[in-house]
Amino acid sequence: MLVVKNLCKDFKGFMAVNGANLDVKKGEIVAVIGPNGAGKTTLFNLITGHLKPTSGVVQFKGEDITGLAPYKICKRGISRSFQIVNVFSKLTVFENVQLALFSKYNKTFKMLSKSSKFFIEETEDILNKLGLLDKKNINSELLSHGDQKVLEIAIALASSPDLLILDEPTAGMAPKETERCIELIKKLSREYGLTILFCEHDMKLVFDIADRIMVMVRGSTIIQGKPEEVRCNEIVQKAYLGDVC
Amino acid sequence: MVKRTVLFILIFSFLAVLPLFMPRFYVYLISIILLTGLLATSLNLAIGYCGIYQFHHAIFYGLGAYGSTLMITKTNVSPFIAFIVGPIVALLFSLLIGLICLRLTKLYFGMLQISLGSLIWAIVYRWYSFTGGDDGIHGIPVPEVFANIKGSYYFTLIIVSISIFILYRIVNSPFGKTIQGIRDNPIRTVSIGVNIDVHKLVVLMIAGFFGGVSGMLFVVVDNAVFPDMMFWTHSLEILIMTLLGGMYTFWGPFIGAVIIVSLRTYLGSVTQYWPMILGIILIFVIIFLPQGIYGLIEDFIKGNAHNARS
Repeated sequence: MLVVKNLCKDFKGFMAVNGANLDVKKGEIVAVIGPNGAGKTTLFNLITGHLKPTSGVVQFKGEDITGLAPYKICKRGISRSFQIVNVFSKLTVFENVQLALFSKYNKTFKMLSKSSKFFIEETEDILNKLGLLDKKNINSELLSHGDQKVLEIAIALASSPDLLILDEPTAGMAPKETERCIELIKKLSREYGLTILFCEHDMKLVFDIADRIMVMVRGSTIIQGKPEEVRCNEIVQKAYLGDVC
Repeated sequence: MVKRTVLFILIFSFLAVLPLFMPRFYVYLISIILLTGLLATSLNLAIGYCGIYQFHHAIFYGLGAYGSTLMITKTNVSPFIAFIVGPIVALLFSLLIGLICLRLTKLYFGMLQISLGSLIWAIVYRWYSFTGGDDGIHGIPVPEVFANIKGSYYFTLIIVSISIFILYRIVNSPFGKTIQGIRDNPIRTVSIGVNIDVHKLVVLMIAGFFGGVSGMLFVVVDNAVFPDMMFWTHSLEILIMTLLGGMYTFWGPFIGAVIIVSLRTYLGSVTQYWPMILGIILIFVIIFLPQGIYGLIEDFIKGNAHNARS
């Protein structure tokens, strides 16, 4: 579904991403791992159009989407969450998700009708799926960090994406919240057949839920394969996992 | 909700019967307050609701006024058509200026807008044969009904009410929520599939249009235009109204306009140091009332409602 070929990003002489290759098939959960500064977030920003690649190709559903504007990429079916919590802090939980639905149904130019009447059922449905329904009228900046991360996923889901990209979904979460997040990702994949691409530092989570893992070091892809293959790959062990295996 | 509707009906009825017993001067003053309230509210759509640094809003006020005036004085079309042309001129210029300035963001947007706006002001200021230069144009032949201040007052009241109603609907619509999303979190907004630049451009056009409506109303009330209307200090004054009243609230800027225009009229007649007083007011507002006066009122009402419940 998503194919990344030899993607490079040059930040004025610093190659943040330098020859990244990635292949995500429909229905898979793919994890990207790598040490801090390996270029994982940059890679995601390149895929979703927040940054323009210096060279290389990003293909989605067989079409070239390299360097398209982020809103166009969202409309093609890729939506994402952010590493640092990135919700609409002044809006309520309900409005956060509703806003994504305005965009999905191209209602963002509707000017004279009341916004609160739109998509009530669908919004509540999404919040219910993610267990946020009882908090729907709370201002999103008052949510706990864990809930805000889940709200991020809810916003991303509202666009009904074919591919969901999660940038460190459990960053900064308490162990209990992390567990809830793992369950959530599994559920999204199993029950809704969503294709998920994520990056993460929590190795337990990665090896627990990923169908395949891509390892990045200093901007380059070292290997992409099944968890067992990755676990026992020598270069990976040296570069990243240390003595885990 | 019902309470609010009743309140608005009361205010509107009061404003509607006002000219029957008020002296001419006050009717004139309230007309100016109303149209300035619309001007500040239209600015707030851009700066408060969408977070665009619209630093030179007075340009669109001036363009609306000059557009209408020049249509009346230079052509033979009906003045009522001229009154529509003015705001449309303001809308077209905000499209043009927006297209140029939206390449930049934040402060840089504001600075470029001030430059382009000042350019327009300079042209208006110097082009004697067309715009009347620094004298402006006085004694504009408006329709008979507006010769009496009551006529122009009612016209202003109706147009301002309709415009404010439309703006109120806009900020509470899906479009309104989307532009607030752009203000709070542009990166997130673009990630859910919103083309930010196009939305911002539409916001600027709406703000420019209603700024132009306000300028057109000034022509109706005062029968005059002059370049000071679009000088950058006037933009600053509108900005101060917005800040004073409360930038993130809908009614704040209008209240700010009521206060500033009233103070300017009264204090301006007793002292030359009006701008200094304005400056001191501004300092106090920024330090003690960051949400503006309406923000304070809102907190007070909410606090009371909260106390009543608990």
